[in-house]
Amino acid sequence: MLNADTRDPAALPRLLLTLLALALLWPGLRLSELNPGVLLQAENRQQMGGFVSAFWPPAHDADFLSLLSEATLQTLAVATAGMALALLLAVPASLLASRALSLRAASRGGRPGLWSRVLRMPVRGLLVFLRSVPEIVWALLFVRAVGLGPTAGVLAIAITYAGMLGKVYAEIFESVDQRPAHALLQSGSGRLMAFFYGILPGAAAEVVSYTVYRWECAVRASVVMGFVGAGGLGQQIDLSMRMFAGAEVASMLLAFLGLVMLADLLSRVLRGRLA
Amino acid sequence: MTIHLHGAGLRHGQVRALDAVSLRIDKGERVAIIGPSGAGKSSLLHLMATAVQPSAGRLELLGEQPWVLSSRARQRLRARVGLVHQAPPLPPRQRVITAVLAGRLGQWGTVRGLLNLVYPSDVPGARQALAELGLADKLFVQCGQLSGGQLQRVGIARALYQRPEVLLADEPVSAMDPVLADHSLALLNRHAQDNGVTLVASLHAVDLALAHFSRVIGIREGQVAFDCPAQAVTESLLDALYANEQLASPPTPGPTLTVQIPRC
Repeated sequence: MLNADTRDPAALPRLLLTLLALALLWPGLRLSELNPGVLLQAENRQQMGGFVSAFWPPAHDADFLSLLSEATLQTLAVATAGMALALLLAVPASLLASRALSLRAASRGGRPGLWSRVLRMPVRGLLVFLRSVPEIVWALLFVRAVGLGPTAGVLAIAITYAGMLGKVYAEIFESVDQRPAHALLQSGSGRLMAFFYGILPGAAAEVVSYTVYRWECAVRASVVMGFVGAGGLGQQIDLSMRMFAGAEVASMLLAFLGLVMLADLLSRVLRGRLA
Repeated sequence: MTIHLHGAGLRHGQVRALDAVSLRIDKGERVAIIGPSGAGKSSLLHLMATAVQPSAGRLELLGEQPWVLSSRARQRLRARVGLVHQAPPLPPRQRVITAVLAGRLGQWGTVRGLLNLVYPSDVPGARQALAELGLADKLFVQCGQLSGGQLQRVGIARALYQRPEVLLADEPVSAMDPVLADHSLALLNRHAQDNGVTLVASLHAVDLALAHFSRVIGIREGQVAFDCPAQAVTESLLDALYANEQLASPPTPGPTLTVQIPRC
């Protein structure tokens, strides 16, 4: 079967890569101490069963629902305000960090000069620093600085997400067709205008899609940060779980599901408009 | 004098695209550049447009040396030079009107450029530039929906809208039918004559070059093979220019026409 006529020269390397990946996975499983057998022990099963059985029916009395809607709105507001602040920093930083707007690259076949690469490094370093510290750590820091409440969550999201958005925006700008922008630079336009007329039309759909996805992540992150006292749905889930009020947790998880579905719908509508 | 190349050479890595080219083109001249595929016609035009820096020699453009200027001054100089690309690099999702109006970005300030994205600031101007090329009905269509020949006309309209002092065109009609190609070249020439614009165009179709331009430059293997008035171009000059030793079976010279035209 593997005679010279039908042999695929890529087959052996692929097989070896698969074996290598499996060999690397095994120590990873050992290091993370993963042991699914624990889930099946009778005592643990009973504990989880008791917690989950309290989920039905979800809590729906009027007092709780008003509390829930308020917490949901607060979570949305934290995520949105955090994203807005993050964009204020991410957009200029991505323009500075991206090689797409190098004037020299336009006349050298896309290769920027040494100086432009050196000058972009501090911006890239700043973006790396902003996103290398997890938002939960920033949240703990800000909870100490500005006290319990949503402000800490907003600031934490703004800082971490500025790093992520700036890095990915810069890479999206570099990955789209550069010739329109180069042609504009070669006919005398400024760099910002070359970006708006040459890069952005090609990058807009991807930028919007990634931004909405990040907004969805920010909603999730703001829930997690609620556990450390940054307000919103997370704080309520934390309180209800401490009180073993499974029905309330179920309602809040349903609200959360609705938020993520909303983000998904928004992303699809915006992409449909732009693509 | 508008364009002065002094021993200019251009390398792409190991490949030598142009080799010690010296040329003088005066204000208001209309010049066609012809030559076989890969001879360096595009490289020569990109060099004149300051799109690439010569790796040897010197370029003088509109009385200035673009590659010793500061980048800001060079951008100002570039705004006075228009280049029509063979396949105009336009974002597929950009509307034709935006693509045409972008021709004057070098002359507009940042504020006008941004406002123009929100609402097109000169619809009549763009419509007039397109109407001359028979594309007025495509004003609000996205560039991605146009054919290759229509895109080339959008590229020409953008360059005309730019109102440059030097108009360079890299095979501007290669994707058009013969009638359109003739019309578009005539329009470029008329525009150049009426406004005292220097026009340099590279062309694959020799008959178009001889019909529309007063001066013809032949390029072969990165060097100037001949440079003479259109009337002085003979068939033996063209035969030598387009001779191709690499083709397996060279076509036998016919009794009437021996010129090999790769593509009309």
